[in-house]
Amino acid sequence: MSETVIQAKNLDLTYQTNDGPIHALKGVDLDINKGDFVSFIGPSGCGKTTFLRAIADLEQPTGGKLTVNGVSPEEARKARAYGYVFQAAGLYPWRTIGGNIRLPLEIMGYPKSEMAERVAKVLELVHLDGFEKKFPWQLSGGMQQRASIARALAFDADILLMDEPFGALDEIVRDHLNEQLLELWARTNKTIGFVTHSIPEAVYLSTKIVVMSPRPGRITDVIESTLPRERPLDIRDTPEFLEIAHRVREGLREGHAYDD
Amino acid sequence: MKSIFPILTVVAAIFALWYVFAVVLNAPWAYSKAERAEVELSFSEMVADTMAQEKPRLPAPHQVGAEIWKTTVEKKITSKRSLIYHGWITLQATALGFAFGIGLGILLAVSIVHFRVMDMSVMPWIIASQTVPILAIAPMIVVVLAALQVDDIVAKGVISMYLSFFPVVVGMVKGLRSPDTMLLDQMKTYSASSSQTFWKLRLPASAPYLFASLKVGAAASLIGAVVAELSLSQNGGLGARLLAGSYYGQTIQIWSALLAAATLAALMVFVLGAIEKVTLKRMGMAQ
Repeated sequence: MSETVIQAKNLDLTYQTNDGPIHALKGVDLDINKGDFVSFIGPSGCGKTTFLRAIADLEQPTGGKLTVNGVSPEEARKARAYGYVFQAAGLYPWRTIGGNIRLPLEIMGYPKSEMAERVAKVLELVHLDGFEKKFPWQLSGGMQQRASIARALAFDADILLMDEPFGALDEIVRDHLNEQLLELWARTNKTIGFVTHSIPEAVYLSTKIVVMSPRPGRITDVIESTLPRERPLDIRDTPEFLEIAHRVREGLREGHAYDD
Repeated sequence: MKSIFPILTVVAAIFALWYVFAVVLNAPWAYSKAERAEVELSFSEMVADTMAQEKPRLPAPHQVGAEIWKTTVEKKITSKRSLIYHGWITLQATALGFAFGIGLGILLAVSIVHFRVMDMSVMPWIIASQTVPILAIAPMIVVVLAALQVDDIVAKGVISMYLSFFPVVVGMVKGLRSPDTMLLDQMKTYSASSSQTFWKLRLPASAPYLFASLKVGAAASLIGAVVAELSLSQNGGLGARLLAGSYYGQTIQIWSALLAAATLAALMVFVLGAIEKVTLKRMGMAQ
């Protein structure tokens, strides 16, 4: 059952800038298995977003090897292997919610009848049934982000990559969306890569937590969560949860030790 | 309708200022007439004279108003003295030039956004084109196009296009480039082709920019058409009226033609504004 979906071996990614090279990623080794929920956590500049973007073929690694579904990220992207959720919802204001979710389906050339079916299905998954004909500005920030998740799910990619999708939302909405995301993950059995700044969010959601540190961006710790897959919100008060959170915090501190 | 009072106040102030300038500018002529007739002018006589001269330096508003009334309502619209007749000629040339301008502008903008070579090579020429005075280039366009046996109305359209394509290019380039990196990355994650990105993202995103530049472009088209009519005055039009007026020192005729042109431009901008409102509303972009 532990089929490797994403594999990074000694991955380097260096940007050339006028102030010299910036090592966004250095010697990153990581295996992500099918059905994993992997969080990437670390301070800004640690390369967590860069790593996610490299998986999505939005950045080009400068060294090492990266495969997605056994092929290069570019081939995986062209095979539409993943859905990507950005920090901002990025809904088109001139399209309704339904129209926004149809966008990738139109681009990928799905037949009309199937589009309607899929739109209805993913709207139900993110609990936005009945909002299909609304325009984005008629929805709250949290609902917009849910719509953008629905859009990433619409074409049924096995991998879902999320770059701080709830970063701009308030704590209460965030809790709610985290709960819904777990429920969605359980129902769809996707492999999820999730970038976050928040320790509780990472611990609550993940089966695997990747702690990263900056300059150069590298992995300092990979924590396999011992929490059960079924997670009510109050699991966050159990000693087990706090212990994992503690280990994440330690990992983050270690990465920062020489910094201040 | 709360805004009606301030608007009326401003309009009243403009008219008051206009009357003051009419008196000041026309007074010397009133005095010199009086001097030659060897009569003494009282202040009120002088003011009355400045409002009723035949060829005033600055005609008073009511004189222009009377002239406009005479040349629109009281003249048949087929008459060569009707402002509506001339306005219609100008409007046709403007519409043709505007259509040319929109076409050329959008075509250039699309190629500039898609081909770096166009951006580097054509954009500077487009900007340079607008530094050439239209008044200087219009007669040459007329001569060249006449030699090619092109219809006069097309020649006017080309001159009008010369001014109106520019705001369309600038606005559309900005509009087509308005989607940010995130939205373009998102298109990449769908493996969208560049034509799909254009039709589904860039073009609809540019709509608000297009309308803003269309309003500027419409006014520019009208100026282009009027300037073209200075070179092709045998065909009539508001420009021809302006030219004839300035030949014979008919300042009242000049001012009424000017006001007619301004009204025409305002009408076009108003119509475009209405189209903009409806379109953006139907696109869901106006709340």
